Amino acid sequence: MTESVITTDAVTVTAVDKVFEAAAGQVVALSGIDLVVEPGEFVSLIGPSGCGKSTLLRLIADLDTPSSGSVEVFGTSAHQARVDQKYGIAFQQAGLLPWRSVAANIALPLELHGSSSVETRERVAELIALVGLDDFGDRYPDELSGGMQQRVAIARALAKKPELLLMDEPFGALDEMTREYMQTELLRISAETGAAVVFVTHSIPEAVYLSDRVVVMSPRPGRIAAVVPMALGSTASRADDLREDGAFFEMITAVREALHGGAPASSARGVENR
Amino acid sequence: MTGAATIAPPRGRPPGAAWGSGGTARAVAPIVLGVSVVAVWQLIAGSGLVEAYLLPSPAAIGAEIVEFWPSMVSAGAITGLNALVGLVAGTLIGIISALVASTRRSLDGMLAPIVAALAVIPIVALAPVLNTMFGADSQTGRQLIAALAAFVPVFLNTARGLRQTQPVHRDLMRSYAASNAQIMRTITLRTAAPFTFTGIRLASSLAVISALVAEYFGGPRGGLGGLISTSAASSAYPRAWAYVVAAIILGLAFSLVASGLERLVSRRR
Repeated sequence: MTESVITTDAVTVTAVDKVFEAAAGQVVALSGIDLVVEPGEFVSLIGPSGCGKSTLLRLIADLDTPSSGSVEVFGTSAHQARVDQKYGIAFQQAGLLPWRSVAANIALPLELHGSSSVETRERVAELIALVGLDDFGDRYPDELSGGMQQRVAIARALAKKPELLLMDEPFGALDEMTREYMQTELLRISAETGAAVVFVTHSIPEAVYLSDRVVVMSPRPGRIAAVVPMALGSTASRADDLREDGAFFEMITAVREALHGGAPASSARGVENR
Repeated sequence: MTGAATIAPPRGRPPGAAWGSGGTARAVAPIVLGVSVVAVWQLIAGSGLVEAYLLPSPAAIGAEIVEFWPSMVSAGAITGLNALVGLVAGTLIGIISALVASTRRSLDGMLAPIVAALAVIPIVALAPVLNTMFGADSQTGRQLIAALAAFVPVFLNTARGLRQTQPVHRDLMRSYAASNAQIMRTITLRTAAPFTFTGIRLASSLAVISALVAEYFGGPRGGLGGLISTSAASSAYPRAWAYVVAAIILGLAFSLVASGLERLVSRRR
């Protein structure tokens, strides 16, 4: 750090609590969360159901507001970041508009923010090429497989060239083979765009394969139990052969043990081991 | 009419929608059945087993259709226009009311019982009152009755459609910081549209039958309903049946156009 460039974190979560008011009383979804995601970094949130990983992602996206504490995205409030379109988001459901073609779905965020039609057309063509759907621009979502729909959703999330991509179990509904293929595609895309990624999953191998750091969460109340750095080289250089590498299995073991509070255990409840 | 008033619109394209061999078979089957029924009817009516005034033969009805063709066309136009004006007005009021009801739960609670009440007002009670209100030479009363009949299914289906927005679409629009108007235009209205058009399909037949029945209770003559009752009253049964055929054709035309629109809108959702 010899230069005097001030680098802003992509995401800064400070002392965040989230309490939901339910009929049966208060439910503490998140308690005392501190997390920093650096620009260009790939961070996965993993943990059993009910650990608040999706809630944390929704707070970063300003789809929910924290009960206390603060969430900043690129140095501004999460709310301002949402208004300024600083992030793109993809959910487990692709959530495409069925009455719009692939191209028109990808164009949606551009249209809503008044891009000219020429700009939109060029950007959509770029994005379609980026996610490898070249001949499918005129197709409709009901003509696509689940994996292809999810690619459209990713292209749509990248439409405004965000430097932060938020993903909530985007491959959770895909079959295993498609899922592994999409993971490698996602690494390529995130390397090409240079965007930071916050990725919610409950698959340990998925988190290990994709991430620079894996944030392990535990439930009731949702807390960060451990942050495990992945000693697997840069995410941009990873390819499918990594899945058979000894280092990969060591990292899987490290994450699994973190999920069990350090003690080696045969299985983590509510977490996929595949 | 309330029982069948909310029906989920067809999902996607039905398998036989393409004009392939399946489509031909589906078109031919009802024609074959219709021709057979008319043939059997002709045989029974011609055999003298049933008195001609009870069941006029298809041939006699056909002859009346040819003889009174110009009158049938003009009668169909009068009743058809009343039904169309009512359908359009009822549809617009139905959609607007549903939009209003969707803004506040309390408004929905206020409107729902009123609509349930409107749905069961008998035409026999309403028609004479409206005829008195608008004068004996006015079609307005009939158009209002058709509008009322059309309003109910359009309102109920649209109100339901406006509640079908998917949570993932809502989250997505929020992540885009979209304005309420943008959310309404891109997601809410488009999601509701197939439901609205299902309502319009149901309303189209109701508008025709209501406009026609309303003619039984006074007002200017010349419509299909009026001529059916006049013909029957003067024991011209084949002619009464000829006007019934015209009424059937009018109703089918309305419902075919409405079904076509519905299919167009429901194609992708």
